[in-house]
Amino acid sequence: MGREMDSSNQMTQTPVMEVKNISLSFGGVKALTDISFDIREGEIRALIGPNGAGKSSMLNVISGFYHPQIGEVWFKGVKRPPMKPYQVARQGVARTFQNIALFKGMSTIDNLMTGRINHMKVNLFWQALWKGPAEREEIKHRERVEHVIDFLEIQAIRKTPVGRLSYGLQKRVELGRALAADAQLLLLDEPMAGMNLEEKEDMSRFIIDVNEEFGTTIVLIEHDMSVVMDLSDRVVVLDYGRKLADGEPDEVRNNPSVIDAYLGVSHE
Amino acid sequence: MQAHTANNSRGDNPAELRTAPELLLHHAAVRGDKTAMREKEYGIWQSWTWTQMKDEILALAGGLASIGFKRGDKLGIIGANRPQLYWGMCAAQCLGGIPVPLYKDMVAEELQYVLEHAGVQFMLAEDQEQVDKVMEVQAECPALTQIVYDDQRGMRDYDHTHLHSIESMQRAGRELAKAKPDFLQGEIDKNNGSDVGIFLYTSGTTGKPKGVVLSHDNIIVTARNTVAYDSLSDREETLSYLPLAWVGDHIFSYGQAYVAGYCVNCPEDETTVATDMREIGPTYYFAPPRIFENMLTSVSIRMEDASAFKQKMFHYFMGVAKKTGVALINGDDVSAAEKFKYWLGNILIYGPLKNTLGLSKIRIAYTAGEAIGPEIFEFFRSLGINVKQLYGQTEASVYITIQPDGEVYADTVGVPAPDVEVKIADSGEVIYRSPGVFLEYFKNAESTRETKNDEGWVLTGDAGYFDDRGHLKIIDRAKDVGKLNDDSMFAPKYIENKLKFFSQIQEAVVFGDARDYATAFINIDLEAISNWAERNNIAYASYQELAGHPQVYDMILGNIEQVNRDLASDAHLSGSQISRFLILHKELDADDGELTRTRKVRRRIVLEKYAVLIDALYSGKTNCFIRTEVVFEDGRKGSIEGDLKIADVPVFDALAKAS
Repeated sequence: MGREMDSSNQMTQTPVMEVKNISLSFGGVKALTDISFDIREGEIRALIGPNGAGKSSMLNVISGFYHPQIGEVWFKGVKRPPMKPYQVARQGVARTFQNIALFKGMSTIDNLMTGRINHMKVNLFWQALWKGPAEREEIKHRERVEHVIDFLEIQAIRKTPVGRLSYGLQKRVELGRALAADAQLLLLDEPMAGMNLEEKEDMSRFIIDVNEEFGTTIVLIEHDMSVVMDLSDRVVVLDYGRKLADGEPDEVRNNPSVIDAYLGVSHE
Repeated sequence: MQAHTANNSRGDNPAELRTAPELLLHHAAVRGDKTAMREKEYGIWQSWTWTQMKDEILALAGGLASIGFKRGDKLGIIGANRPQLYWGMCAAQCLGGIPVPLYKDMVAEELQYVLEHAGVQFMLAEDQEQVDKVMEVQAECPALTQIVYDDQRGMRDYDHTHLHSIESMQRAGRELAKAKPDFLQGEIDKNNGSDVGIFLYTSGTTGKPKGVVLSHDNIIVTARNTVAYDSLSDREETLSYLPLAWVGDHIFSYGQAYVAGYCVNCPEDETTVATDMREIGPTYYFAPPRIFENMLTSVSIRMEDASAFKQKMFHYFMGVAKKTGVALINGDDVSAAEKFKYWLGNILIYGPLKNTLGLSKIRIAYTAGEAIGPEIFEFFRSLGINVKQLYGQTEASVYITIQPDGEVYADTVGVPAPDVEVKIADSGEVIYRSPGVFLEYFKNAESTRETKNDEGWVLTGDAGYFDDRGHLKIIDRAKDVGKLNDDSMFAPKYIENKLKFFSQIQEAVVFGDARDYATAFINIDLEAISNWAERNNIAYASYQELAGHPQVYDMILGNIEQVNRDLASDAHLSGSQISRFLILHKELDADDGELTRTRKVRRRIVLEKYAVLIDALYSGKTNCFIRTEVVFEDGRKGSIEGDLKIADVPVFDALAKAS
């Protein structure tokens, strides 16, 4: 696949995000202990680890949903003050969820349009009136959403309520919503969980295409090891809330403590 | 350019124009602002007028010239129905080159065979997927040097030395037009109607595909004759959704469109064809019987989920339509009361139904390629849709026979098309001669000689006869017609078609030549049967499990019994009633070589591959184990195995019905 080769030319060494010495606990439960790593611009960064290792917690820290007791999050060279998730989203961070979080009764188009909300500038009055500036703005956003639909090849389900779609397609719509937000940093929480082989291959293709076509930086949590090893540029391994290893897929794969804790034998 | 068009060396009489590029310039001059093509993209119908399309095509032609495309060169075209790919055909023809359209789902080996055989030097590929496929076989095709692609996506990191985007080609073409303004007009004028216009590879039910060589005259004269016959005008709207490589699409979406100047609409994606068709509302439509069948199946399935009142209304008015609609469309006398009921039905049922199917504006629709079930045919005609059958093949530039308005019968394929002579040879085979008759099979003089004689008569390979009304009736492929051991005639296709008319049966293969009795393989129709399973609370995990279900066997048994009863009343064919059958554990698939790309059964391959099953059908066994290799869409292989049940069917006395 030659991903390393493909991405080296667009991947610069500047970190788009750094997390420094993050510790997060819920009462007596320590979810994360002293975690530090960086995310470079234009790379696909995987977060792996056994169940309960703290992967989703880490993602929630990055997206601003959890606030760690200790540690700092630096975004684009600036230390981030405690923020609400929507403020983080406004900075250009979008995410998908482990359990699909779409509006099930709404159509694919409408779900994707919600991804544009942070880019809508017209005030409530005009939006309620839906004429003039509001209409013009909606047309502009619809065009962007149509490009996402074309990109993800979901034209046929444009007007289908997402609740009626298969699981694999719902995951794709969710990715579409994150893409519609025009994020610079995309957080994907198990985008391929519960998919069959064909759906996984499609999703992998889309993730690579998003990364290559738009240069979007991607943080990926995934359980399927062959997918992680194929897709990602660098991997962080967590176990019991601690960082076990950090490096390129091959390094991580051969790291004895990672093998002990998690990988066992690599399975195809 | 406009000025050149006016001074076109062949004048402006459209009847004198002999190639598609000349017709393009003509339409740009005469109806320049009329829409020539549309494609749905980004949720909106994007359109090109004849003038815009002319500019796009000439720019592309110039671009091709700038990378060395010259007279006689071949441009392979692979991808879905997109305007850019149709432009590629015309652009190649502008330069005196030959377009070679290919089936987009061809696997690499098939593609390699055709590219190598045709000696394709240039490729126009739709997207990354197709480019990858072409590059995979490029090493084996030394002639192939340059690839042009349409969709940019994913192409960024490729080596662009011999790879060009269509935009960069068009930019180069526009530069060339500035430097040498007369170049393209000169090239277009050099074309003769008798020159080779296109290679169309037949899907080949036997052996390797053959390259049918057609001249500009073949396509344009045939198109002109049939446009006049059906009085097609520049106001028609059509939907192009059938494979580019198929002669039908080349005539309907290219030849006739360039002659009549009508608008061709390209769907957004193959999965949105139904929605796109509803939005466009074509006036002229072509579909193989399979598509009409699918429409009817989906209507029946959806009606079964409708409320009792709606169902009642639907069935009542469909009854009215059956009685009155066909008579109305055939121009027969109908009483005023009947007319009123039909009028009411049209408001309540037929109109909305046609609208949902996108058939509201249809003036003429054709079906061809296979026999269509009489019930399906009548269903659409009773709704007031003028569906007619035609009979044709690639070697004839489609048209051999055609059903005239008012003389439409479900069991015949009509009378000879304009300018076509049709005869029945002594062997019972249908032969014809027409302006559309192909020049030759490319690099295959032997097959050309076998098929076409010195006087230009072509063997169709089909056995048939003219009935009392002067209409041609096709029985079967001549070489497939065989004999049972008791010397009675055995026409497998005829029986298979009867079986396939049942919505539960997707595909059937019947055996019996040189055997004591006839037997059948059945493929169930997953859509129809899974819907039935759902309604009857029958759980199943896979196609295979559903196919082996005892109740499914009973249902199919019932269908075959009915076919046997039908056959029993036919003096010639009563001996070929089906005695035993089995339901296959997998769908016959083009990827496994069992069907052609146009979904016709490759009998020989099926015979070889399933020899064990056929032996079992003739051995009295009640079940048989089989393991089959299957090829997945990405080219990987796997296997499916199963223990198939064989069932017996009651056979009827030949005279049962007569007595």
